[in-house]
Amino acid sequence: MDLFTRFLAELQEISLLIWEAFAGLFSRPRYIAETTRQMDLIGVGSLPIVLLTGFFTGGVLVLQTYPTLEYYSIQNEAGRSVATSLIRELGPVLSALMVSGRIGSAISAELGSMVVSQQIDAMRALGTNPSRKLVAPRVLALIFMLPLLTVAADIFGLFGGGIVASLLYNQDYHVFIDSVRNGIKTEDIIAGMIKPLFFGLIIGSVACYKGLSTTGGTVGVGRATTNAVVISSIWVIIFDFFLSKALQVILDIGRI
Amino acid sequence: MLDSQTAENTPLIDEALEPTDLEDAVDEPDRVQPAIEFRDVHLSFDDQKILNGICFSVRRGETKIILGRSGGGKSTIIRMILGLLKPDSGQIVIDGEDITDHGEEEMMSIRQKIGMVFQEGALFDSLSVFENVAYRLIEQGVDHEEIEHEVRRMLRFVDLEDAIDKMPIELSGGMRRRVGIARALIGDPSIVLFDEPTAGLDPPTARTICELAIKLRDLQDVSSIFVTHEMNNVRYLSSEYATVEPDGRVIFENEGERLCLLNTEVIMLRQGKVGFSGSDEQLRNVKDEYIQRFINGK
Repeated sequence: MDLFTRFLAELQEISLLIWEAFAGLFSRPRYIAETTRQMDLIGVGSLPIVLLTGFFTGGVLVLQTYPTLEYYSIQNEAGRSVATSLIRELGPVLSALMVSGRIGSAISAELGSMVVSQQIDAMRALGTNPSRKLVAPRVLALIFMLPLLTVAADIFGLFGGGIVASLLYNQDYHVFIDSVRNGIKTEDIIAGMIKPLFFGLIIGSVACYKGLSTTGGTVGVGRATTNAVVISSIWVIIFDFFLSKALQVILDIGRI
Repeated sequence: MLDSQTAENTPLIDEALEPTDLEDAVDEPDRVQPAIEFRDVHLSFDDQKILNGICFSVRRGETKIILGRSGGGKSTIIRMILGLLKPDSGQIVIDGEDITDHGEEEMMSIRQKIGMVFQEGALFDSLSVFENVAYRLIEQGVDHEEIEHEVRRMLRFVDLEDAIDKMPIELSGGMRRRVGIARALIGDPSIVLFDEPTAGLDPPTARTICELAIKLRDLQDVSSIFVTHEMNNVRYLSSEYATVEPDGRVIFENEGERLCLLNTEVIMLRQGKVGFSGSDEQLRNVKDEYIQRFINGK
């Protein structure tokens, strides 16, 4: 099977898996407790790494852009620069990449281990649908929690940027905050919340599919985990481009 | 005089497992219909033919031992009964219902009557022994008190009630298999599938697993398929039967002048087909070099 045909076949399988998982939400059993548990693991568990990423991303944005802005005597716009970059783009994408590495790998490893040890077969033999029990809670939890994690990353990013502007470049923090406030529009925030919804779906779908289609024993589990992280990361970046363009048109953002 | 082998420390039968009343069973019309039927089943993976026109049936209360070399399709047959694999052609009938084209939702009701014992136990390693055995009942939303009663009953059957709060990682291989059997028996399935349940176990533990299968066959009228390539298991299952003493103790006796086992047959798979089907005596006496080499190991 050539690469393109294999890609289409896998896309079909992932689509069917997600369809089955979401179709199961409209009838019993619904695994609400399991979904809540996954939200805790994904949301609360990923918070430290996402906050750290946001904080230092905001800091390095100011670090890199402030000298250039100062050259053009518009250093007071540093807050706007950080805010629009973070909220529109870097917050959603970097949060998704961090979560893909942490959670995507964990999901595919867990499900892959269950496949090779016949636990998935045992689950089906005992009358439980793995799509409902395993896939749906994880994908839903990612869709719910990634936007919240992104907001947290954005806030800490602005905080990091403000600290760098204040401590390294002696900018009055009121100037920074005013610049942030003037630079953010409602449409930017909406766009910044829509992207993580799609990214959560991508990460959950790819990780669950790769885990459940593991073959080849423990070596296969490692391979599935690596593939899940790499493929979901690439798709996040590709989707981000097309989503950004679509949101620019729909929400009329990107104009000064 | 018959040879009797009393299983030491065998749990009393009374509460653990009530023998099924078989006196009138032979007159029940349901018994005419096989529990499991394979009708000319074919399956290939890529270009390799795994099953090439498999035909056999398992009567009610019968144990069918499936022998064959590794990779010969034995476990594939079991997976097809559970609907985990679909045949390329042919029919699979469970209790008179053709499941060949059943989807996942339709298979759920079929799987309620089937218990499956996996090769390595396939316990859920994040759940305790209690939660593993109770899994099916928890999913069905059964009341907690009833779950606890049933779980303890099943663990007594496999003599592992003391391990109820342990995690699978704390159990030996044999104990994991026995918990797997307890989990398979919850809900009192009428069909039990054993997929090489004694693989990798020491002889005494393997013997214990076979005794559990014999008890299910003779005291619970369960239809079963027992996949193995160990001839010791064939000997136990084909030559011994379980009875209940007046004091409730289960003993295992060899067939002989008093009783001849008719409820256990052997089939051997060979190049995707049923190469042999019959009793263990016929298997030992068949003049086929391949079969003799298989059963004698040389």
